[in-house]
Amino acid sequence: MLRSLLVTGLVNGAIYALLALGFSLIFGVARIVNIAYAGLYMLAAYLVYILLNVAGLPAPAAVPLAVAATVVLGLAVYRLVIEPVREHESAVLISTIALTLIFQELVLAAFGGNFLGNPVWADGIVEVLGVTVTYQQLLSLGVVTLALGGVWLVLNRTRLGVAIRATANDREVANLMGMNVRRVELWSAALSAALAGVAGAVVAPLAVIDPLMWQAPLVNILAIVVVGGLGSLKGSLIAAFVIGYVEAATVFLLPSGSFLKGAVALTIMVGVLLLRPEGLFGVAFEEER
Amino acid sequence: MRWLRRGWRFVRGEVLVLPSRVLVLAFCLGLLALPLLTRDPYVLRVVILSCLFAIFAASWDLVSGYSGQVSLGQALYFGAGAYGSALLNHHLGWTPWVTIPAGALLATLTGALAGVPCLRLRGSYLSLATLAFPLILTGALFALPSLSGGELGLSGLAPLVRSRVGFYYVAVVTMLVSVFAMWLVGDSNTGLLFHAIREDETAARASGIDTPRYRLTAFALAGLFGGVAGGLYAHFVRVAGPSTLEVTLSFQAVIWGVFGGVATIYGPVAGVFLLYPLTELLALVPWLGEHRLLIFALVVLVILRVMPQGVAHWVRDRIERECRRCKARTVATRAACRVCGADLR
Repeated sequence: MLRSLLVTGLVNGAIYALLALGFSLIFGVARIVNIAYAGLYMLAAYLVYILLNVAGLPAPAAVPLAVAATVVLGLAVYRLVIEPVREHESAVLISTIALTLIFQELVLAAFGGNFLGNPVWADGIVEVLGVTVTYQQLLSLGVVTLALGGVWLVLNRTRLGVAIRATANDREVANLMGMNVRRVELWSAALSAALAGVAGAVVAPLAVIDPLMWQAPLVNILAIVVVGGLGSLKGSLIAAFVIGYVEAATVFLLPSGSFLKGAVALTIMVGVLLLRPEGLFGVAFEEER
Repeated sequence: MRWLRRGWRFVRGEVLVLPSRVLVLAFCLGLLALPLLTRDPYVLRVVILSCLFAIFAASWDLVSGYSGQVSLGQALYFGAGAYGSALLNHHLGWTPWVTIPAGALLATLTGALAGVPCLRLRGSYLSLATLAFPLILTGALFALPSLSGGELGLSGLAPLVRSRVGFYYVAVVTMLVSVFAMWLVGDSNTGLLFHAIREDETAARASGIDTPRYRLTAFALAGLFGGVAGGLYAHFVRVAGPSTLEVTLSFQAVIWGVFGGVATIYGPVAGVFLLYPLTELLALVPWLGEHRLLIFALVVLVILRVMPQGVAHWVRDRIERECRRCKARTVATRAACRVCGADLR
């Protein structure tokens, strides 16, 4: 029980980490709360489904294609929907909500509201420390690790990464230092869409997919980025695993825990906020711009 | 007779001079006179629900538009009001005339309680934290199915008024009274301080304003009016289910509010009365009905690109002009300010 809890928590945490990182990235750089991000995640899962089941592609081809399509879509969303209303914070919020509803309805019209299952790419199970782990879970974990590593490399070892971090830190000064802030924002939008794409692709074979699947992780993502500190990538990563494990523990240990898993995660969020309003690793700005 | 004359002078001097006020007057009278024209239960149902959601959307505006604490969890108050009155009615058998105010009081308390942790937060953090509260409450209700009815909710609640026209008048009058009350709050000193807190909390504090007190007041007031809407809703549809706490409903409040125009009170009301009947109308058309949420979202998206400030502000700026000297508003057709006579061109 304890061991299966460890494995479930790890897999959940890894997927949350991906999602929260992408959300945090675009918030940190562009100061945008992009709800459509969760919609991209849902679309990516459906893209993988289409490419695998309708187009009949093998998984190694389908996943990169789906991620690429998600990136294109994410950039289009950023340019066409978010940028024109950027000056009005609340307009951004509801535009992205409306867009997510549009995604949901389009998927609903195309596939219906049924739960769809994906074939797993890798059949079989393996015993690790006496817990049965499916190959699929291992594979997902591997993909997530690769993606997280890739993001870390981009952010810390490239000129683009420096520019992204600088813009996140202080947009105006970054602009004065000669960085093309708008292009940096576009790049981080692309990067964050890619993360949503990978997360969607990884989830698709692990769980059933449906047009409303963006709602539950959205709430968790928000809890994670708030606990970790908005815009803090390290914080998001740690908080993702905290929430992943807390959720797993609630489901395994409490009676009627599956109802309470969201509530417990969110209570933790509120608790953290009471103790440290800027999140675990967030920086408290004197006056947020 | 003297009062009548004085009333008429007020209407002529203060209401009929401004097209936006004429619109509001026409809207109120139209709502009150509607049952004279039609008693179609479907039409009445749509208007009743619009009224309830209008209270709800305006309560969102009070906390989010005025005091700048953008709430993504407004459904908390709606749900607290709905469940509060439903529990009292279902388990204790109290009459709806008591349970609805009781539910509203409970929602006020919930609002104040939710406001306490939010006092330490600002901006996006606050928005995201408020998103959590209704979900925590949903989780708690699901964990106690014998009390709350679980996923099905509490059904078979007593109706407030037997006839639909009766309920229609209860809803319309409650809506007009509470919206007017919220508008008065927004226009009062308290409302002015809400504006100050939104624009610059540090400066407001430095001017000696007890900002936490006013922020909590905003939350409690939002809870009160959200709870009134929720309680009425529960006794109208006669079910209080988890849908009253859903994320979708919270987002709906934000959409209505921003679509109509924030920090106006009448904006969100306009938003609801434009958008809610639209979605209901679409449901009647065979093909469009299946895709009404899609159309709804598209309409919101397109209108926001044209008028990012919301419909109410946009329309008001078209039909009226603000005097640069005395800030009074005048019909756009006039060349001079109606108060100080300054040139408006």
